[in-house]
Amino acid sequence: MGKTIAEKIFDEHRVDMPFPDTHVLRLDRVFCHEITTPIAITDLMSRGLDRVFDPTKIKAVIDHVTPAKDSKTAEQGKILRDWAKRNNIKDFFDIGRNGVCHAIFPEKGFVRPGYTIIMGDSHTCTHGAFGAFAAGVGTTDLEVGILKGVCAFHHPKTIKIELNGSLKPGVYAKDLILFIIKELTVNGATNMVIEFTGEVVDGMSMESRMTLCNMAIEAGGTCGVCYPDMTTVEYLWDFIKDEFDSKEEALKEYSKWVSDEDASYEKVYTYDVSELEPMVTFGFKPDQVKSVNEMEGTDIHQVYIGSCTNGRIEDLRIAASILKGKKISDDVRGIVSPATPAIYSLALKEGIIEIFQDAGFCVTNPTCGACLGMSNGVLAEGEACAATTNRNFNGRMGKGGTVHLMSPATAASSAIEGKIKNSQIFKA
Amino acid sequence: MKEFKGKVLFLDRSDINTDEIIPAKYLTEITKEALKPYLLEDLTLEGFNVGEDIKDKAVVITRENFGCGSSREHAPWALEVNGINVVIAENFARIFRQNMYNCGMFAIELSKDKIDYLFENYAGKDTEIEIDVDNDKIIVTAQDQSETIDFKVGEFDKVLVKEGGWVGYADKNY
Repeated sequence: MGKTIAEKIFDEHRVDMPFPDTHVLRLDRVFCHEITTPIAITDLMSRGLDRVFDPTKIKAVIDHVTPAKDSKTAEQGKILRDWAKRNNIKDFFDIGRNGVCHAIFPEKGFVRPGYTIIMGDSHTCTHGAFGAFAAGVGTTDLEVGILKGVCAFHHPKTIKIELNGSLKPGVYAKDLILFIIKELTVNGATNMVIEFTGEVVDGMSMESRMTLCNMAIEAGGTCGVCYPDMTTVEYLWDFIKDEFDSKEEALKEYSKWVSDEDASYEKVYTYDVSELEPMVTFGFKPDQVKSVNEMEGTDIHQVYIGSCTNGRIEDLRIAASILKGKKISDDVRGIVSPATPAIYSLALKEGIIEIFQDAGFCVTNPTCGACLGMSNGVLAEGEACAATTNRNFNGRMGKGGTVHLMSPATAASSAIEGKIKNSQIFKA
Repeated sequence: MKEFKGKVLFLDRSDINTDEIIPAKYLTEITKEALKPYLLEDLTLEGFNVGEDIKDKAVVITRENFGCGSSREHAPWALEVNGINVVIAENFARIFRQNMYNCGMFAIELSKDKIDYLFENYAGKDTEIEIDVDNDKIIVTAQDQSETIDFKVGEFDKVLVKEGGWVGYADKNY
């Protein structure tokens, strides 16, 4: 019997199997941010265990609330900053250099095919786009990861999703993943890895693959994963060129991180997505999804383009192509957060920031911002937001607020309209 | 080892998420105790009175996919500082379930039939539950009835409960 990519990664990283179905894995990366890590640090300190397993494998960023909004968030930042310094963690990204964790860590070249990665953040599954096993964990797992460089997981049962055909204009990775979550339901992939394959995924940019994998957790998935290919090698080339003589050689090395043809899956779903329409969520669960046509005309008060799902340059380019030369409705507030400083700079150079500003958007610094209602962009009671984020839980962006998840294209056209609107009329 | 017994809070809803268990705005707290007043603050559930219903409870019984959403361990901590260290459900979100055991708390999965039975026979009554850790039994008691229900947890989960969590175990073994 062949193996899935996740099983192969487990085989290469297993250090112990103390109980049946308990795989203790060696970690290649432990990522940290300022919300879930400080409490791990203070607990380790109280146990007299203030040390790290390998400072080169730990990467840290302040991203959720930055700049600090009050004394408590300032203290969280300080704990992380002091700890990184004390433990010689060189890759620590503080204000001016910081961005949304799942955007900045890949951009800095910290992810490789075949890696094991944990972070105290549920959307860590994003990094599976590179053919890695990347899982969100709680603070205790994070603590053990920091201290010992290991984490325990159950056997990586896998669901395979094969996406064939070609996407219509105006339909993007975000629409695909919303459709998939609707099919699987919010609990459909619990305790499982979701493999995204097929010609649609093969043709996707790394940015789009990250969008796809980012929301695996919204179906309950431990990790989303795509097979590494030349697109992966091209994305990473600047960081790996000293290790390989050519891109072909890198591809050959990374090609071992694919599932065998006779691998065993819990379920296999095959879709032809050629007729898929743009998708939008309507309720308080990410599987409450309708086509945008059914949702057109729904009232919104804010539009948010950003987050670890859709705050990358590809997303900003798509939104800007719709916003160019247009004004957003007087009835909505537009907020855009480029996910990293590099994305911000590129967007400036390409004139994208100007397009957003001319259209009436407020441009914020790179941060998780409005996505989880912790810092800027919180909704008032009864308000709705058209958002490119990943979670629409009740009150997610503020008590009594509603979030409609959608692609950057749909968010941009909805901003112009002042109500939910299909972008295809602008792109026709 | 902790004691796992006390009054039951019935939450008759599936997919209760981590934002409902503890809203993100309280993630700026850096002690567990500070989370105490905010448990289930944003839960939408008809007839649920957050202030009254949580008081003196030690066990939660609920439906499917409890704890979905964020990785925040603040969710189990908010339960813990309110004296709740057992959640019984049809199933759990992976990270939440692991967080419970990593803290030495119980996240017990029972079949849909058994969960339905508990709701039908015990919700609305003054119900108490005690977990017999060594024998894998849930002892349920209400005014007019008492019975035991078997449960299963993995060996690893049980070791974490007995050792009080994952940090101590990992520090000793790795």
